[in-house]
Amino acid sequence: MPRLGRIGTAAAFVALAVALLPIADLRMASHDPWAELGRMGAGLLSPDFSSLGALSYAAALTVAFAICGVALGATAGFLLAPLYRFAPVRLLCIAIRSIHELFWAILLLQVTGLSATTGILAIAIPYAGIFAKVFSEYLDEADSRPAAAMPPRADFVSVHFFARLPLAAREFQVYLLYRLECGLRSSAVLGFVGLPTLGFQLDTFFKQGMYGAVAAVLIIYYVLIATMRLWMHWPLAPVYLIGSIGFMATLTTPPMAQGALIRFLTSDIVPAPLRNGDLADGETWSRFFDWLHNLLVNQALPGLTATMIVTQIALVLAGFVALIGFPLLVRPVIGRFGSIIGHIGLVVGRSTPEYMLAYIALQVFGPSILPAVIALGLHNGAIIAHLLGRQSAHVHESLRQDAPRGIVLYAYELLPRIYGSFLALCLYRWEIIVRESAIVGLLGIATLGFYVDRAIQEIRIDRAVILLLVTMLATVAIDYISRKFRAAIGIEKLVAKKDQVPTSATNLHAAISGR
Amino acid sequence: MLRFEGEALAYGSTTVLADVDFALHPGERVVLLGRSGAGKSTLLNAAYRRLAETLPEIALVPQEHGLVPQLSVFHNVYMGRLDARGAIYNLANLAWPFPSQRRSVAVALETVGLTGFDRKPVESLSGGQKQRTALARAIHRGGRILVGDEPVSAVDERQAALLVDELERCFETVLLALHDVELARRFATRLVGIRGGRIHFDRPTAEVSNGDIHDLYRA
Repeated sequence: MPRLGRIGTAAAFVALAVALLPIADLRMASHDPWAELGRMGAGLLSPDFSSLGALSYAAALTVAFAICGVALGATAGFLLAPLYRFAPVRLLCIAIRSIHELFWAILLLQVTGLSATTGILAIAIPYAGIFAKVFSEYLDEADSRPAAAMPPRADFVSVHFFARLPLAAREFQVYLLYRLECGLRSSAVLGFVGLPTLGFQLDTFFKQGMYGAVAAVLIIYYVLIATMRLWMHWPLAPVYLIGSIGFMATLTTPPMAQGALIRFLTSDIVPAPLRNGDLADGETWSRFFDWLHNLLVNQALPGLTATMIVTQIALVLAGFVALIGFPLLVRPVIGRFGSIIGHIGLVVGRSTPEYMLAYIALQVFGPSILPAVIALGLHNGAIIAHLLGRQSAHVHESLRQDAPRGIVLYAYELLPRIYGSFLALCLYRWEIIVRESAIVGLLGIATLGFYVDRAIQEIRIDRAVILLLVTMLATVAIDYISRKFRAAIGIEKLVAKKDQVPTSATNLHAAISGR
Repeated sequence: MLRFEGEALAYGSTTVLADVDFALHPGERVVLLGRSGAGKSTLLNAAYRRLAETLPEIALVPQEHGLVPQLSVFHNVYMGRLDARGAIYNLANLAWPFPSQRRSVAVALETVGLTGFDRKPVESLSGGQKQRTALARAIHRGGRILVGDEPVSAVDERQAALLVDELERCFETVLLALHDVELARRFATRLVGIRGGRIHFDRPTAEVSNGDIHDLYRA
């Protein structure tokens, strides 16, 4: 790793993003985006709740999918966590969580159709990988002395449940609640691929230009997210879970052909030249390599290039949004009124799923990578700003009495103290932005998701699987590079949970491993 | 049952005790003395690890107790015998304690003077009560040998003496670190003094003079 220093590293990222601008397709493809935006704004200001029945049903399903998916994912992650130190388990978890739940959904649609199973598994599978990682980290961080004091020949399971788990149980609970919030977001977004959640309603109303109804969907969604901690109480959790399972059971599922799973595993995902040819024949293999070469050069490469262009520009944009956004949360900088506006703006920015933001931006600006960059930059920037805002409130409490106010406070006292954390958080989000850039391709932006979606439309699942593997490798590679950067500039420990306000530990995990 | 011959014992990667010659025989009650940081814990930990390899019937009272604060006193004491049953029995007893186990744990709690505390979470106890819980866990475990690192440091002198008497009654062989020299003299069959990263003396209690002890603690 070259020694760039903290300022140098940020400058290098900005320089790379600027260098990418000329080759990035950032034009506004829409004829008259401002008129469209005007119509949208007018619609949003006059929400139309006329189809409240359908919306309530979709909202209830959104919650039910989230609860079932998160419960299943958490259970699997809970069981995998103590095994996370074994390489095969760790690799499995890395693999399943590097694929976005929307990708899981479109893959599962081939097997389980437009059913409750598809929606639940699409959330549960990637979440299981995330839960396993985070739970295992909590277990590692917990006091290890009780386990060391156990009888020498006590079995692994008993020691785990008596002397490890109770020490991390509280963190598990807090994290689970945070993940449920993510689950609500994921569940809503699954509507965009056809599952009957809020995203489906949003998509339908958007396509009909019914912006008042769009506003109603968004309002219901925000209310759901904002009130979650009021209705989600631990003693009620079993009731919600049983209720959700019951609700799921009432969904009618379009019939799937017999043996869809077997066909998927043994035929659909096998590369076409191998499926149709004789494996002992050298000719088959040469056709396979041609197939692979074509796929990699003509689809994976342009897709990956676009994904990385979106990622790098969006990352820098997110950084700027965060730097401008976090002081808006600090009252001594911006004043009382300003901080209220700042809070609302950032809450909306971070609780609207990036996919939904990209969808809306796409309607306004038309198909180029501009909507993707804007959506990912705003969403991730708002998340980083939120975490930094909390940290600066903490910093501000411990400042000297005669500390300055306003912009001077920001520039001289807060920013220098927060800058290391800022860089660390940006580097943590980097990998997540890669995953998100790939997924917005489903909207028609030419990133990897676009090619995955096209392969699936053409029922060429074998191609989709290879493209998803490329996506996975890109995510893992960026994760690795990000870790090297963090180590090289000495910020690996900067956001260690112990330096944080206690309640933000889970938010930090959100930044590190969440989406 | 245990023998170190000219070994170097390390804490992490730093050697704390060099050239250790130390043996422990069945029926002995050995107490380690020395200033804090002298290496008593290092020797105890090494001894425990070595003994546990061949002798699973060993009980431990570690420094800082190693209790699970979120669990009840009952569960913490029960954990002393986690190896006596299978995982399924243990998990069932974690969720819904068996009356037979409650009775059995109550015996150990009575020995350390914590009768009636079994349903309290350990995090709600005082320092002394936590230490008694750790002792109760070792007593509940039982076995042929006890290794304890300052097991009575958090209770007053009179109770410390009573608790040490209980340990003597419950275990055939005992290896302890204590800071109370009077108590050590009364309890131990052999005293081991540690100073400057070495074993300074290792003699039957009667042959250790006050001068030897004074040497150990002087600056």
